[in-house]
Amino acid sequence: MRAQAIDLPITFEHVRILAGGVTILDGISLTISHGSPTVLIGPNGAGKTALLRAAMGLVNVTSGRIDWTGQGVASKRYAIVFQRPTMLRRRAAGNVRYALAAANVPRASRSDRTAELLALVGLDHLARRPARRLSGGEQQRLALARALASDPVVLFLDEPTASLDPAATNAIEDVIRSLTARGVKVVMSTHDIGQARRLAGDIVLLHRGRLVERGPAADFFAKPRSEEAKKFIAGELLL
Amino acid sequence: MPEDVSAFHLLLTADPMLLAIVRLSLIVSLSAVLFAAMIGVPAGAALALIRFSGRECLIVVLNAMMGLPPVVVGLGVFLALSRSGPLGSLGLLFTPQAMIIAQTILVAPIIAALSRQTIEDLWAEYRDELTAMNVGPARRVATLVWDARFSLVTALLAGFGRAVGEVGAIIIVGGNIESYTRTMTTAIALETSRGDLPLAIGLGMVLICIAISINALAWGVRRASERYAG
Repeated sequence: MRAQAIDLPITFEHVRILAGGVTILDGISLTISHGSPTVLIGPNGAGKTALLRAAMGLVNVTSGRIDWTGQGVASKRYAIVFQRPTMLRRRAAGNVRYALAAANVPRASRSDRTAELLALVGLDHLARRPARRLSGGEQQRLALARALASDPVVLFLDEPTASLDPAATNAIEDVIRSLTARGVKVVMSTHDIGQARRLAGDIVLLHRGRLVERGPAADFFAKPRSEEAKKFIAGELLL
Repeated sequence: MPEDVSAFHLLLTADPMLLAIVRLSLIVSLSAVLFAAMIGVPAGAALALIRFSGRECLIVVLNAMMGLPPVVVGLGVFLALSRSGPLGSLGLLFTPQAMIIAQTILVAPIIAALSRQTIEDLWAEYRDELTAMNVGPARRVATLVWDARFSLVTALLAGFGRAVGEVGAIIIVGGNIESYTRTMTTAIALETSRGDLPLAIGLGMVLICIAISINALAWGVRRASERYAG
């Protein structure tokens, strides 16, 4: 097993993020620790993406703090798949190989690992296709393979199946489950309440930059405490 | 023989004088592009990636320098290299080297400005992913230059097109000395007035062929980039 203790929990303390005078996140206090996926839900603009990016260290918090147990954020083995990932101007395999190089994987094992990772996300037959020529769903799966290149301890996924059809969604969810079984902590956002039910260990409901409710998934779905959570679960529009 | 027929005769018989002139032109302009690339691509990358005060001002100046008048560059290099100038002791005035220096000065801003734009655009695209992958500064620059290589080659071709067609700078610092500093453009500029029309017309045709070749090459590069990089 990998040395997880140095990487988790991630602790948010009263995190507030302002961008151009707009409050993106407001007073978020949250601890993310080992276990089944932590799933962020909430409507567009709720702050899900901002929370993931802040946890990755990609945006600076305006006030409050984010603590990674142990060392500084930059040294962590963590990876992210953005909602709209950018494909490097290389072939699909080249994208994965690049991520392996960036993660200091020895040159000798890169070809094997590239093939493995592409097979894992079901893209082995498209290895030689320029990455930018892939469809949206294929690009998202390639981004997942790329993120796994660093053998992350924590994997952030921003709407990982937003543009996928049910079969591809199922494939990604299988990957997420197998990663969780291997001890990788997945923190993901989703619009799909069904997906949240299928995958979540715990749920974080965000609304307008605030944390509305959080708890184990079973409790959240069985006994939602807040009005927003009840509406969300009932499938009503949360505005 | 009418002049245009003589011009074809010069071309078809591979007239040694004409070939020597074409050869010198290519050597001067290709050398200038090589040196300008060695200056311009790193300068463009630095300007794209490093934030410092006065940066935007420098970008505006650099973009303006893409249109430097060749005669002004020629004059400046002439003054620097003339016997009483700061570099006069090198004895470079009226040599091919002087022409290479002048064209390097002319082309480097073009390559730097186009590289800056290309690399900055690509960085805007790649920033999040490379940051998330923990890619350090050295690998970052290497990645951007490599992934932008097709656009950078196009920038070099633009620089070469500018160099090989210009006359103002090299006529001042080269002097159009026969079989020493006579290039296609200086020959056309000066031999026309001296009545050697066949040579001028022949060289003009060669220049046009080179211009077409450059554009064909740029087109090929674009197609290749679509094929390999999507």
